[in-house]
This record gives sequence, structure tokens and C-alpha cells, in this order.
Amino acid sequence: MATEFHNLQELRHNASLVTKVFIQRDYSEGTVCRFQSKFPSELDNRIERTLLEETVKTLNSYYVEAEKIGGQSYLEGCLACATAYIIFLCMETRYEKVLKKISSYIQEQNEKIYAPRGLLLTDPVERGMRVLEISLFEDRGSGSSSPSSTMSSAGSAR
Amino acid sequence: MSAVMITRKVRKWEKLPGKNTFCCDGRVMMARQKGVFYLTLFLIVGTCALFFAFECPYLAIHLSPTIPFFAALLFLFVIAMLLRTSFSDPGVLPRALPEEATFIEMEIEAANGNVPAGQRPPPRIRNVQINNQIVKLKYCYTCKIFRPPRASHCSICDNCVDRFDHHCPWVGNCVGKRNYRYFYLFTTSLSLLTIYIFTFDIVHVVMRSVDNGFLNTLKETPGTVLEVLVCFFTLWSVVGLTGFHTYLISLNQTTNEDIKGSWSGKNRVQNPYSHKNIFKNCCEVLCGPTYPSVLDRRGLMQDDMPVSATPAAPSSSSLSSSNPVPQTTKTTAPLIPNEHTPDDAKPSIADSAEKSPSPREELPPAQKVPPLASPETDAETALAKDKIH
Repeated sequence: MATEFHNLQELRHNASLVTKVFIQRDYSEGTVCRFQSKFPSELDNRIERTLLEETVKTLNSYYVEAEKIGGQSYLEGCLACATAYIIFLCMETRYEKVLKKISSYIQEQNEKIYAPRGLLLTDPVERGMRVLEISLFEDRGSGSSSPSSTMSSAGSAR
Repeated sequence: MSAVMITRKVRKWEKLPGKNTFCCDGRVMMARQKGVFYLTLFLIVGTCALFFAFECPYLAIHLSPTIPFFAALLFLFVIAMLLRTSFSDPGVLPRALPEEATFIEMEIEAANGNVPAGQRPPPRIRNVQINNQIVKLKYCYTCKIFRPPRASHCSICDNCVDRFDHHCPWVGNCVGKRNYRYFYLFTTSLSLLTIYIFTFDIVHVVMRSVDNGFLNTLKETPGTVLEVLVCFFTLWSVVGLTGFHTYLISLNQTTNEDIKGSWSGKNRVQNPYSHKNIFKNCCEVLCGPTYPSVLDRRGLMQDDMPVSATPAAPSSSSLSSSNPVPQTTKTTAPLIPNEHTPDDAKPSIADSAEKSPSPREELPPAQKVPPLASPETDAETALAKDKIH
């Protein structure tokens, strides 16, 4: 049964963790940071497919922006090299700036979309950029909705 | 309800698995064996000191004062690159937390199906297609992850390192994604410095011998002999290494891949990461983005508090207190330091995000929950962030 939360505060007060779902990296385009847009089956009745796909797509576009090799990254690299990388003491790299944007985006998504549905996104940077972790919560007051069922179909053969 | 007071702030680097040593409260990260690194430092500093003491006064007067000036610049650059290579995080991939490891295990078991008793289960490999090339991702039993492409596990440091090149004892650290360009600049600038010192040693000896004779010159400046010896042997090794890495960069390969012959061309395997253009490959490796560290070394660990069976566990007692209670009295985990606004909403969100994923009654007490803070990279950026905020 769907659990209703109105905001993250309620989540914090009343929720207990049921399980965690991990969206893995998509390496089909090389080593650039990109997450799979495959929808995990555990979230079928928790969130609309399009919302999660939209979040993952936006995150992927942020990472593309961070890792773009173009004029700005060359300039940054050459300038930093010329100063023996001392300039990084005062300057933030472009990647770090984008990571901050990602962090605030994830927080905003959590507040607006995920917490009301009893879910919580964890910034991939805290998991070594390996996975996008989604924690599933349920109301402590209501009965536990058989968490084992959510974990049984975890695998999709690859 | 009493707020939980922390007696000592424990930073995450103290609890990181792996065989690294950390200095300066987590800002510096090196391998355990540092003896050869000290030798490298001694050789460079010692040879340059001899050069400045014996050759430079004569050359500055008789040739040009710019000679010691450029030598000093080059020397400082070499030392900066060496320290940057040695002290920075090479791109270590943090180990999987228990839930992630379990999730992956379940996926593997589901993929394997039913293995008859007595039979060995199939090797844990995932195939991905990159640029029309099948790349096998291996499972790391130590870190409990499927290694990303080009990552490898360093047995000396006991870490999986992204874009692992090799473990260099001379710099006392692994060379990976984050410090490869510093390593390359170190070998290049060291080659230039060695050639520079060698050349001007010869020039100095020749010039002085014309006036005083060869043997007298050697008696006056005994350091020259030492310098020439060191430079001669260094030249062959370092210049060769620089050439080898220039070749690797132009092909966008790592030393690890080269040694294993991953893209050697047999069975028509080709390097899927290469842009097939030397200039583009060089630009990507040397002028690409500077990746931040995903190891939050200087973040504060959350205190391990006793587990209680009831939902009102001591840890969550702090949760049910009023929202604007400052974080520092409850937990050592910082908020989002780069974005934190003194707003009631934000602390509670960060608080919940930290606390709710690990309610004590559901997970083991040793569960480490990293805060929502973005990880610090190096000392310099940490200081920069402190300055900004």
C-alpha cells in the first residue's frame, strides 16, 4: 500500500527503512559518468516511471557538462599547469562547481518529489560515483508491507 | 532527552579500509612504503643543491644569471609535481557499503540461476559494450564491487583505483585517474631538469678547464662529479619513462593495459577509449577535467551510538528534538558545508537524510552513514572552501 508523506520531516520522524535500490552506472559510452535509465521493479508502485527517468536524465546531463572536454577545460588545465597547480588553492574546478549544482538538484528533488513518496535519493558522489542509491521508507505506524517481496526480484540478468 | 556529546571528532580517513597512510589530518594520502619516495626527494634536492652551490655562482658570472633562475624555476616545478603526485588521492574507489554489496550479490545469484551443488559458480564478470568492443568488468572480492572499466585493484594499497596506471614506489603512491597528469608532468619536468643540469655541468667543466685545467676544476668543484653521475643514470631511466608515457598518452592507454596486452590488436580487439587521433588523446588525458576525490577523507564520522530495540533509540532521540537544534551537539557529521544556509528547513532535511537511512534498530551499529556533504578533495581545496564559507 502506498505510504503518504508530506515532507522530509515527516519522513524522518515516522519512517523506517525498508530497503535500498541501486541504479548502476551505464558504461556503454565509455568511462564518462552516466547512470542507467532502466526503471527498477521495486519502485513500480512507489513512483511514476517518467519522474525517475527525468531525474536520471538530468543528472546524466549534469555529469556530461562536468566532464566536457572543450575550450573551458583546456583553459583551466593550461592555466593550472602554468601555475604548477597552485591556482587550485584559490579556485574551484569546474567539476566541483557542477557537483555542487548536482547536490542542490538532488536535494530539491528529494524535497519535492521523492520524500512525499517515501523515497530518498543519495548523491552518487557519496557512493564513489558508482551507484545512485534510492532508499525506500515506509510509515512506522502502518504495518510493514512485506519488505521481502520488494527484494525478491532484485536481479535482472545481464 | 540529553543531547549526545562527542568527546573526540573522528575523521573518516581514520576508518578507511586499505593500506594507505594519511598525514596532516587526512589531507595527504600515500602508500605505506615511503622509503623510495624519500630517496627520490633526497636525490632531486641533493643534486640541485650541489648544482646551486658549485656551478651556479660560476655560470651566473661567466655566462648569464638567467641560468640559475631557470634552474630554480624548473626545480620548484619538479618538486611541486612530485608532491602533488605523491600526496593526492589517485582515484580510489570506496568500497561498497553492506547494502550495496548485498544488492549486487543478489543480482549475481539471480543471474546465475541454480548452480548444482558441488559445481563452482561461474566467474563474476559483466560484459558491457563500449564503442563496439566488448569489455569485461570483473568483480572485486575485496571491495565488493564490479570494477568500472579501466579500474584495477592495487594489491600494495589494497584499493580499487580508477583508470589504474601503476603503483610507483618512486612517488610512494598509485598513479591513477586523478594524478596521472601530475605524474607525467613530473617525469617530463624531471627529464628537462636532468638534461639542464647535465648540460650546464659539462659547460661549466669545459669553461673552467680552459682556464685552470681539467683536474684542478674537479678539485675545486667536487660536487660536479656526483651531479654528473646522478644525472647520467637518471637520464636513461627518466627520459625513457617519459617517452614511454608519451606513447601511452598518444594511444590513450594505461601502463596496466599495456602490460596485460588488453588492446594489443590480436583477435581484432582495439582500444575503445582511444579517439584514434593523437592530439585528441593527449588533450583528453592532459587537459581533461580535474576529477574530484570521491573519498571523503576529512569528513567527520558519525559517532557509533548504542542500539536500542525500541524506535525511540538514543540516536533518534536527537531526531525528535526540535528542528533547529544545531548539528554539532548531536552528530559529528557536518551538514552540506558548501550550500548550507542558516535555514530551519535545510538542517532538518540534511539531518533526516543522514539519520533516516540508518535507523539503529534495523542496521548494525557499525553502519557508517556519510553526510550529504560533498567530499573534500585535497588540502588546498578544503582550505579554499573554508575560506569561501
